[in-house]
Amino acid sequence: MKLTAELKNVTKTYGDKTVLDGINLQVPQGEILALLGPNGSGKTTILRILAFIENPTSGEVRLQGEPVDFGDSAKARMQSTLIFQKTVLFNGSVYDNVAYGLKIRKTPKILRGEAVKRALELVKLQGFEKRPARKLSGGEQQRVAIARSLVLETKLLLLDEPTANLDPKNAGIVEEVIARVNRELKTTIVMATHNMFQAKILPHRIALMNEGKITEVGTPTEIFGKLSKNLASFAAVDNTFAGNAKATSEGTTLVDIGGGVQIEATVQRQGGVSVFVTPQDIILSKSQFTSSARNTFKGRISEISDLGALVRLKVDVGRVFAVQVTKRSFVEMGLNLNSEVFITFKASSVNVV
Amino acid sequence: MALDILGGIGKALELIFTGDPELYGIVSRSLLFSGMAIVLATLWGTPIAMLISLREFRGKSLVKTFFNSMIGIPTVVLGLLLFLAFSNGGPLGFLGLLFTPGGIIIGEAILVTPIIISIATTAIEAVDPDIMNLARTLGASESQASIAVLKEAVNGVLLSNVASFNRAIAELGVALLVGGNIAGLTDVLTTAISRYTARAEIPYAIALGILLMVLVFLINLAVLLARKAKWILTIRKFPQWLKRHRLEAER
Repeated sequence: MKLTAELKNVTKTYGDKTVLDGINLQVPQGEILALLGPNGSGKTTILRILAFIENPTSGEVRLQGEPVDFGDSAKARMQSTLIFQKTVLFNGSVYDNVAYGLKIRKTPKILRGEAVKRALELVKLQGFEKRPARKLSGGEQQRVAIARSLVLETKLLLLDEPTANLDPKNAGIVEEVIARVNRELKTTIVMATHNMFQAKILPHRIALMNEGKITEVGTPTEIFGKLSKNLASFAAVDNTFAGNAKATSEGTTLVDIGGGVQIEATVQRQGGVSVFVTPQDIILSKSQFTSSARNTFKGRISEISDLGALVRLKVDVGRVFAVQVTKRSFVEMGLNLNSEVFITFKASSVNVV
Repeated sequence: MALDILGGIGKALELIFTGDPELYGIVSRSLLFSGMAIVLATLWGTPIAMLISLREFRGKSLVKTFFNSMIGIPTVVLGLLLFLAFSNGGPLGFLGLLFTPGGIIIGEAILVTPIIISIATTAIEAVDPDIMNLARTLGASESQASIAVLKEAVNGVLLSNVASFNRAIAELGVALLVGGNIAGLTDVLTTAISRYTARAEIPYAIALGILLMVLVFLINLAVLLARKAKWILTIRKFPQWLKRHRLEAER
């Protein structure tokens, strides 16, 4: 097994605060590895160290078997690139942005044009070369940022919550691109994610993180099989609850997740289980309505965060659920903090593990 | 007296429009000296601004306050200090810069350096701090990443150049005390105005005053236009835009 990147006993401290504590991690060539854990668990710091824009306080980092000298990491940086969670673009056209790394690498102009064109096609932004990058929509901007890294065809591609601020359409394009470059170019990918769905589908392996440590590494099946054990690391993942399951007479399962909330699921299970519902599967309404969906709960909005085209809400129904609505729906429904709302989702949208 | 002034203005306009060589010699020296001073001050001021804005060090705010307050240094005081430094007995007397064009250029460059540093520092600090890391993760070396940051701040740097040029071309103290106001060699617009006025050659003084005002006005107009350049480009593209929208509407 050839390793693209390896962290050996890596520690990072800021003053007396330990952000990474003895991290050992191997990333084989061609793998997609997801880092999953709550905010502040050290995911971003690992990515920044692997991008060689942050120095570890101690420990060793190897890139393709060679130890990296952080005093002179310019060469290593050519082989690894990081896509930030917050989209950062240079002032200028889409072409200027995507071609930047190629210019640094002194790629001849004619090859640059072709490479930029291909990269833009990958992220479905063909023909966008001349547009001013900062005038694009949020989703398009993040796709430009991704094309700007893809065009370099680095051995290691690092993504920090690449779809956290994107609407489902843009997120879908980005997920497709990640899978495609991994499959076709055999690019090794390390990504931090909060998105349970993404973590289940995209990566070959997941590293669970909590408080600066890797608590568990395994395939998605292995990791999600032990969800309740690893719940601390999942605390940040939306709508994940531990509960007690019992069968109903209709052949479905009722999971008591506490706070007076019982979720109905189509999967048949008994005893201690973990459940999660992706925020995209939840319908938000101001009044109760008749539908085939088995789960409807009344609650109040406890948190609102603006993601651009989307608004992310926390709804407290006894337990707190994360819900996503478009900005337009949010405005049209006249929602506000503490508004009374209903959340509705189908029993088949409930994942039980 | 009123007639004198009116006559003076008339004579001045005549000098301007007939392209009086003495007059335009002074104008071109003014432009050259101020221009060279800006180039020099930008060459050493921009890297200093980058160091101040991109590095963390003790006393950083003190340094910034120092350059900010130096913007307002009276030109005569700086002129005097430089005169003392450049004069034969002074510490820099060996350079032989006193009463030479080189002396004026260096003096004015020193005068505008605080303007360049202060405005450029503010502009660079306003750039998204992630730009540096972005450039680095795309493979840029430290100096290439710094240039990427500077590019984002280019408007601020240009603004600092214009503000500096305004200050340099309109100042009197340094040019007078360091340059010596030698006719045909080191006299510039401001010093020549004072000389002609003292000698009661009012038409020349008025003509130079008008030209100085026109120059300052033109420079600021150019900046205003440059800022509106995007707007102008948009107007130029308007026919294409209209065509595209008509086509779309027809579909």
